[in-house]
Amino acid sequence: MADPVPYAREDKAAQPPPRFDEFKASIVRGPQQPLVKIPHTLTEVTGPSGEGVWDKLMGPPASDLTRRHKGEPLGERIIVSGRVLDENDRPVPNTVIELLQANAAGRYVHEYDQHDAPLDPNFTGLGRTVTDAEGNYRFVTIRPGAYPWYNARNAWRPSHIHFSLLGPAFANRLITQMYFPGDPLFPLDAIANAVPQHARDRIVARFDMATAEPFWALAYRFDFVLRGRNATPMEN
Amino acid sequence: MSGQTPWQTTGPFFHFGVLWKGAADLAGDSDLGARPDLTAPGHDQTISHGSSGRERVAGERIELTGRVFDNTGAPIMDALIETWQANAAGRYAHPEDNRADVALDPHFVGFGRTALDKNGAFRLRTIRPGRVPGPGNSLQAPHIALGLMGPGFLKRLSTRVYFSDARDNDEDPILALVPEARRSTLIATKEPGTSATYRFDIYLGGGRETVFFDI
Repeated sequence: MADPVPYAREDKAAQPPPRFDEFKASIVRGPQQPLVKIPHTLTEVTGPSGEGVWDKLMGPPASDLTRRHKGEPLGERIIVSGRVLDENDRPVPNTVIELLQANAAGRYVHEYDQHDAPLDPNFTGLGRTVTDAEGNYRFVTIRPGAYPWYNARNAWRPSHIHFSLLGPAFANRLITQMYFPGDPLFPLDAIANAVPQHARDRIVARFDMATAEPFWALAYRFDFVLRGRNATPMEN
Repeated sequence: MSGQTPWQTTGPFFHFGVLWKGAADLAGDSDLGARPDLTAPGHDQTISHGSSGRERVAGERIELTGRVFDNTGAPIMDALIETWQANAAGRYAHPEDNRADVALDPHFVGFGRTALDKNGAFRLRTIRPGRVPGPGNSLQAPHIALGLMGPGFLKRLSTRVYFSDARDNDEDPILALVPEARRSTLIATKEPGTSATYRFDIYLGGGRETVFFDI
């Protein structure tokens, strides 16, 4: 078969380096040797994005995190929606977006989270959806709280939501964190600061009254841009 | 044109939430891969795979096991491994692999996830992948693409698992790009006394540092 159309390479000027000393945990987890550059073969340009694959692996989507328990969670209900696009502004359909976050008090349900803040019996903080034909997605959740961490004395993570995107290709896998506009903790955050300054606003959501629902929930928009391609591959 | 969304670390509490029952069993009906032990009581939302028919996947069952070490040699206990591979015939379950002469396996997706345990160890059950095309008219040796991500990793590290008893590794076009002295870091070795268990340890530093790819 013909060689596959490769994906664009990582934009090193916009992506974090493998190691960023201000983020202390990265010091022992960056490789020491340079990466070996390889061409994109069928292995790299494919991924688990076939029709219905995600339902088959993981069950049906769960995009409303406020309705996964008997009662409603405490906190400020929000809508987070947007699109998944590639660098050429083409929508990326059939991509699974997984969401993970702390509750309104800044506590994760993980066994190892020892932050002195309450768990919410009605909030687990996990969600999952698949983008539609236009690359759209939408979650209903609550605004997560800030919480302290061990990176430095009195270090606090800004409110954030973890997002994982997977599907079109092994090569353009993305895991990122979405932050909220105007958060005073954002400029102090070692993890956000690992992103080069000029690209840092790409991980901040936009407050959006147009998608807010009157008397129900405020809303934020957040688009994801995955590595793109210079040509469209042939499909069967 | 829009700029790429930057990667951010997964943080320490990520991977428990993205596992499902059977996430690390690509060719059987076990729950391997789910980690309810990491979740506070009342919050386990781990999804069951249902009757996916994975036990009917065609191919030779293999097990991949190993440990992951940071660049000081300490085991990493909180990272996630993802794997992607072709089926036994050498075809990917993806629309772009449209070779009609190589059969799809209706029961095989080829994507797996496994979280490291307290010893930095992982275990994955799957099938031995077939050979897939490489650049030009080459054929690649059987391999599994592997991604490693977790707290402290600013972005995913990407590597490949090859098999020590494959006859084709010497002609693999990707292995050929790796300095010869480091190729062995990409080759899983058969565990003594087992029929099809392969060990693939991952080192982020030191003399045995695993080769990671810029893809």
